[in-house]
Formats: sequence, structure tokens, C-alpha cells
Amino acid sequence: MFGRLTWHSIPFDQPIPLITSLVVLLVIAAIAIWVWRNGWWPYLWHEYITSTDHKRIGVMYVVLALVMLVRGFADAIMMRAQQSLAIGASQGYLPPEHYDQIFSAHGTIMIFFMAMPFIIGLMNFVVPLQLGVRDVAFPTMNNVSFWLTASGALLVNLSLFIGEFARTGWLAFPPLSEKAFSPGVGVDYYLVALQIAGVGTVLTAVNFVTTILKIRAPGMSYMRMPVFCWTSLAANLLILAAFPVLTATYAMLMLDRYLGFHFFTNDGGGNSMLYMNLIWVWGHPEVYILALPAFGIYSEVAATFSGKPLFGYRSMVFATMAICIISFCVWLHHFFTMGAGADVNAIFGIASTIIAVPTGVKIFNWLFTMYGGRVRFTTPMYYLVGFMLTFAIGGLTGVLLAIPPVDFVVHNSMFLVAHFHNVIIGAVVFGVMAGYTYWFPKAFGFTLDERLGKIIFWCWFIGFYLAWFPEYALGFMGATRRLQHISDPTWKPYLDVAMVGAVIILAGIVLTVVQLIYSIRTRDRRLDLTGDPWDGRTLEWLTLSPPPHFNFAVLPDVHNEDAYWTRKLTAIREEKLIEEPKYEDIEMPLNTPVGVICAFFASVTGFAVIWYIWWLAILGLIGSFVAMVWYAWHDEHEHIIPAAEVAELERERRRVRAELLKTLTVPA
Amino acid sequence: MNRPRRQANAARDDRTTGAIRRAALLAGLALATSSCNRGILDPVGPVGHAEKLILINSTAIMLAIIIPTMIATLAVAWWFRAGNKKAHYRPNWEYSGAVELVVWSIPALTILLLGGIIWIGSHDLDPAKPLAAPPGSDPLNVEVVSLDWKWLFIYPDQGIATVNQLVVPQGVPVSYRLTSATVWNVFFIPQFGTMIYTMPRMTTRLNLQGDRAGVYDGISAHYSGDGFSGMGFKVHTLPPAQFASWAAGARGAGPVLDGTSYAELVKPSSYVKPITYGAVVPGLFDDIVANRAPPPFAPSTTPPSMHVSPKPPGEPNHVR
Repeated sequence: MFGRLTWHSIPFDQPIPLITSLVVLLVIAAIAIWVWRNGWWPYLWHEYITSTDHKRIGVMYVVLALVMLVRGFADAIMMRAQQSLAIGASQGYLPPEHYDQIFSAHGTIMIFFMAMPFIIGLMNFVVPLQLGVRDVAFPTMNNVSFWLTASGALLVNLSLFIGEFARTGWLAFPPLSEKAFSPGVGVDYYLVALQIAGVGTVLTAVNFVTTILKIRAPGMSYMRMPVFCWTSLAANLLILAAFPVLTATYAMLMLDRYLGFHFFTNDGGGNSMLYMNLIWVWGHPEVYILALPAFGIYSEVAATFSGKPLFGYRSMVFATMAICIISFCVWLHHFFTMGAGADVNAIFGIASTIIAVPTGVKIFNWLFTMYGGRVRFTTPMYYLVGFMLTFAIGGLTGVLLAIPPVDFVVHNSMFLVAHFHNVIIGAVVFGVMAGYTYWFPKAFGFTLDERLGKIIFWCWFIGFYLAWFPEYALGFMGATRRLQHISDPTWKPYLDVAMVGAVIILAGIVLTVVQLIYSIRTRDRRLDLTGDPWDGRTLEWLTLSPPPHFNFAVLPDVHNEDAYWTRKLTAIREEKLIEEPKYEDIEMPLNTPVGVICAFFASVTGFAVIWYIWWLAILGLIGSFVAMVWYAWHDEHEHIIPAAEVAELERERRRVRAELLKTLTVPA
Repeated sequence: MNRPRRQANAARDDRTTGAIRRAALLAGLALATSSCNRGILDPVGPVGHAEKLILINSTAIMLAIIIPTMIATLAVAWWFRAGNKKAHYRPNWEYSGAVELVVWSIPALTILLLGGIIWIGSHDLDPAKPLAAPPGSDPLNVEVVSLDWKWLFIYPDQGIATVNQLVVPQGVPVSYRLTSATVWNVFFIPQFGTMIYTMPRMTTRLNLQGDRAGVYDGISAHYSGDGFSGMGFKVHTLPPAQFASWAAGARGAGPVLDGTSYAELVKPSSYVKPITYGAVVPGLFDDIVANRAPPPFAPSTTPPSMHVSPKPPGEPNHVR
């Protein structure tokens, strides 16, 4: 009846997951009751959960990412504590079967459910605004994508309470992840959760590639798009090309595990090297799926806060697309030590280092964007400079790892772990934190507290260096990754410094929550009444903060790059806003619960497949299908916002803007 | 699956006085050179030396670009701060052909230089490439098998085998053939240089040499399951004459590695103390690669293939 699921699946004998689960359940219940007592459920249901508004979906993605950041970081600090304690005679406080789940969950959650949703959330919020349009190409699909991602996150976190998570590392290499060596439900949780989330990610990419290629404001040609739109386009093209490979790879592993196939097994003609190749064909572009949009955020931040156009726009676009293509030709550098020949290693090594050229150009272009500027040191600008310094080092160690003879001695070591945290924290996390601070006032109509923002930056910056530079050194001493127990007592000082770094990052994460609450409570002092709090250059700053549902009453005419900046300058020179246009009715997509319903049934199916409850799996699939058909049968998917209402909102915006205009002068 | 974490699988090699003498010899060496484990920056063989040189050279080449860039970043950001009245504001400066040329050339030239290093280095240090042996000595052949969670080293020419203890002659190239009887692992002696994967049903090749007598740490550098942390082994580098006497003393002494004892050995265990086998059934390595050796978790009966005469040295699944 319940497949593999019994009372023994709940870890009553393990205090850490049990207590954690209970606390998490209590917190969720408390929040739910608090929302209910304030009568906010209808608001949440109509304005967020069923929303097809790209801005609301973007906010939900970022909330998911922040929650998962806390979860992933809890894993991280447990690992650091274990490695600080389990040295020599001591075995620490985590036995291998628990520690191995923690590092697997940390990697999986941080990449798939923290970094990806954060990046996709910011893209969701910003790209249609920057393109000067009212929504993405497929608004309902956007909602479905989000809820499928959330469904994957739910399943991964459910493994804490029911059953176990994978003990295979975040990429689940076979044969270790095959049934013969990992017979439990852990790998199944991993595979099923990521398959469901992967569908959501691919749908997102379809949506954004279509939006950017087909839906732009009049006059917004490709070479007038903001660089963040370019990097989003590149990232989504990479998703479209890479994620199907991941889905196929996981599907093969699932066939091995569920139906006794032999794609990657030790026997029956299986070949585990195939998995290694396939997973990295996805895995390397994945790095750029995360990094390219972050580079886009830095480009926006650099131009805005330097009060200058981005230096070398065409170079930036070319470099972005070059990285997009080359990143598909380098996957083998993840396993130079697998015994491929010298020619193969050398060719992939050289291809990998070539990526450093467009990346280096980007660094120089940000530098020259600041050059001749009037740099305002807001929090996003701190992240930009911190990133440029940190990423230079991460790039250096990355090129070292791309040199096969060097990789032969540091592959899989703490040096490698330090390298990818150097680029993921130094580029992606700094980038999304910059973007979060930069676009927060656009989303909510008030800025985040700057003083706390800068303290948070310093926590991440100093914490990063303390946590990861000792690990570079440990890599040189021959320390490999994923050790539950450290044999060499001389490594302890390094691990202790790393622990201190992790605690400082923890302070940064706690302060991020404090900053949010404090900024909400003091929002009256930090309201963004103009819609342009940073003296911005791109179209998202043209509309009010927060923007109306339809973003723009009339789609803006674009005549060059930095569309809003030009418009602002013209208005200052002519001392008036542009002529008031004739307002028309606007058609906007209706809300729909289809996303959350489908994701609910997807979660049910996923859970059933993990536990071999086949009748429930079939019920879930039917439910999902019925929901889709029910949605497809509807004739009405749009509603009309009448011209009069549009005009009223727009006249308010023009009044605000006319006031703002009086305070502005042409920069010189 | 019940995989006991720490099944001390040891205490077999102290059966003969020969074994005690060998142990004393190795222990003495270990004491004499105990503080020499300093990782990949303190290499003891030609491979490790060459790799350290490439590591340092490449780092220096890149630092020559990166340090000025980092200083320039801070300087530009500081000088062009909004409050600095002396800085010249150029609100429309967004393109310069000359600057573009320079910013594309600097990384491109660096990578061109590094590309040469990569090409030459990859070929010189190809793990499968035999090392030049000093005159009068032949390379030593060692077969490496990763098990759950320990290392089996077979000396096919000497007819002996060890677990978690690799003994090699000083200054003599060692030619390794490697495979795994379980999941993937990586064979790595940090101070010797190059690591390589051990993969089930496949053979990889590695050539290393240790020039300094001493005891070094060896590890698995690829996570392989719950007992992974307890997969360390010791590498003893002995002067050739001492190596020969060690091998001669080991031969015939201690237990025999045949189908039965191999089936016992493959049972999962970690933090395993060193074992020395005085005899090995011929062709065991190839049997493991071909999956003819008793599989893990099988009843410890000896399959027929363990008794057949050694095969010609074919390499059915060689990774090249």
C-alpha cells in the first residue's frame, strides 16, 4: 500500500534531523497562523500565489532563494564545524552517513534552489521592465515554472524528515549512486526533485528566450538592449541547451535504479564514464547560467553608480555571447585525471583558458566604466568592487585548474572547493545581493537600509576570505574534499580559521533578515516616490515604484542604448515631459491557480515515485493532467484595464515626474 | 546494505619474525623522516617537481596581470568617487578603440602563453607516459585496486601484495596499472605528483617516481562512500637494495591472497591497518578488471577462474 514508506522512515532515533524538522514545521505553522490571523491569505492567494505578473513571480523566486540560502547555509556551517572537530582521535559529532547527506544536500540546494531561483527571480522582475514591455511571453507558464521549482525544493527538504537524502555528493556520480551501492531513497529524492525542478527551469528558459527575442518596446533593437537582458538571453539559451542533457542523464540513472537498466552500472555493459561526461556537459554551462546574469547585474550597477554609460557595450555583448558558446566546449576539464590522452587534455585545457579572455575583458570594461565617472559608493557598488577583486583571484585559480598538469595535483582537492566557492560567492552571490539591493526599491517602493547593507557586504567579503583562503592552502597540503574525518592534526588551525569565516558569513545572513525587517518598519523614511531612486539609465526606472500591474501605460519609444537616460536628459533640456499620449485599454493576463495545482500534483507524484507508491503516482499524474486540461478549456485568459484607469495612474506618474524634473540638471 | 565502518582488518602480518623485522625497518624509517608531509609544494619526485614548477610559473604569469588590475580597480574607484572635485567627470565617455585593443590583447596574450604551457605540459606529464629509468634499473610494476575502503597493491613481478601500504624503491620509476573493485576512487600521493582515477571494469595508467627516502601519505581523492575518510595509506620509499630485501623477505611470508582471502578482503572496512600478502594468485588484477574475481558481498567461495593459469598480458578495457 505505501511502498517502501514505513514508520522507520522517520528518523526518530536521530536527534539532529528530528529536532530540525519539528522546529521547521513549527515555524511554518506559526507563519501560516500569523498570516491567517491578519487576514492576509486572500491577498497572498490573489496577488502572489496565483499571480501571472512577472514582478510578483520574481519576488516569489527571490523569497524561495533566500529561504533556501538559510537551509543551505545551515548545512555549510555544520560541515565546517564537523571538520574543525573531527581531527585525529576525534570523530566529531556527525557520523559519515549523516555528514555525507549534508554535503550532498548543501551543493544541491545552493545551486538548484538558492542560486538558480535568485538569478531567475531577478530576471523575472527586471527583464520585461528593461525591455519596456508589460509581461513575459507566456505569463501562465511563468507561474507554473515557479511552482515546479518550489515543488523540487519541497521534496529535497522533505528528505530531512522522511527518509534520507543522497549520500553521493551533489552530482550523484555512478556507480556510487546506482542501486547496488545506494539502495536507499536518498538518490531517488535527489533525482526526482531535480527532474521536477528541471522542467520548471526549462520552461523558464523557453519563456525568456521568446520574450527577449520577440517582445521588446518599439525601437529596442538587439544592440540597444541593456546588458542584463543580453546576459539573461545568453543564460537562457544555455539553459535551453544544457538542461535537457541533465534531464536525459538523470532519466538514464532513474532507468538504472528503477527498471534495472545498465547505462552506468559496473555490469551489463554499463559505463560510468558516460555519466561523468554527460553531467559535466550540463555542469559547466551551469556555471555560466549563474555567472552571466550576475555579470549583467554588475554592468547595470557600474553604469548607474558611475553616472556613465557602460564602457565598451559592444565588447560586453560580444564577450557575453562568446562565453555562452565556448562554455559548451570545455566540460572535460572537470576530469583531466580520468586518463584521457595528452592531446584531449591539452585541447580542453586550452579551450577552458580561452574563456578567461572575454571574462578578463569584462573586468577591464567595468574598470573603464568607473574611469571618468562620478562613483557613488552605495551598497551595490561595494559588491561590484568586492567582486572585481575577488573574482580576479577566482579567475586565476580557475585558469590554474584548467592547466592539466596543475589539475593533476589539485583536482578534487580543497583548492578546487575554494576555487568554485570563490567564483560562486565572489561573482554570483555578490551579484545577486547587489541586484537585490539595487532593484528592491523598484519592487516595493522603498529602499533597503544602506548602513546595514554595507555591514552585510563586509560580512560576506571578510567571511569569504577567512573561510576559503585557508582551504586554498589546505589544497596545496594534499587535503581532498568531502572528508568526514581529518587525519592530519596540523590542518586544524586552517579549518578553525575557516570556521570563523563561516560564522562571519552567518552574521551577514542574519543581518540580511534584520535589514529586511528594519527597512520595512522604517519604510516611511526611505520611500521611493519618484520611481528613480538611483538616478538610473534603463527603462525599469521610467515607471513608478512599485510599477503598476501593466508596467507602462504606453510602451516607451527607444532611440538608443540607455533609453531612459536619454529620455531624462531630453526632458531636462526641454524642461518638460514628453507630450501626453492617447491612452488605450490594456489587456493583461488573468490570475490562475493552475501552476500551484500542477505543482501540488507533481509533488505528490514525486513523493510516490520516491517511495514506490505506484497507485499514488498514477493519481498524481492524472490530477496534474486534469488541471492542465481544465486550464486549456478556459476561453478567457485576459482581462481589460480600461483606458480611464490607465490614464488616472499615468497622470499621477506624470505629476510625480514633473516634480522630479524641477530638481534635475544635466550632469557635467 | 550493512557496511561496517571500521572493521579493523589487520593484525595478520605479525605472524612471522620476518614480518616483525620488516615492520621495524619501516617504523624506523617513519621515525627518521616523519615530518616530511608537506603536500604538493614539497614534491619528492620528477613528476611532482615538474607540476610544482608549472603551478608556480603560471601563477606568476597571471599575477603579473592581476595584481596591477586589482590595484587599478581600487585606485580608479577611489579617485573617481563622487566627492572628489579634482577628478575629471566625462559623462559620455563610453568607447575608445585603443583601450578596447589593449583590454582584448592583455588576456589574449596571457592565454596564448599559457596555452603553450598547457600543450607542452600535458604531453610531457601525460600520466601514461613512462618515465626514463636510470641505467641498469627497470621500472617496477605495481597494480593498484581500490576497494571499499582501502587500497590493494599487487607486485606482479615479485608475486606479493600489500594493503594500505605501498613500498617502492627510491629513484626508480614505478609503472602503475589501476582499477577499482567497487565505485570510483582517485589514487593520489600528493608529494609524488599526478593523481588518477581508479574505475571499475577499466584500467588506467600512471607513472611516478619517489627520489627521497621516507614515508609519505597517500589518499583517495574521490569521494566513494561512508568509509571514504578512512582510505589513507602510507607510501614507503626505500633505497633499491633495501627494497629488494623487503620484497624478498615478504615473499612466502604472511598470508596468501587467493580467491578466499580476496573475498574476505573486499568486505567493506575502513581505517584498515597494513597487510602484507606473501603470495598472490596470478592474474588477480586482470580478473578484477574482467569482473571474474569474487564480487563484493558474495559468499567467500572461490570461483573457478581464480585457479586458471595467468592470461597473456592483454588489456581488455584500457582507457586510452
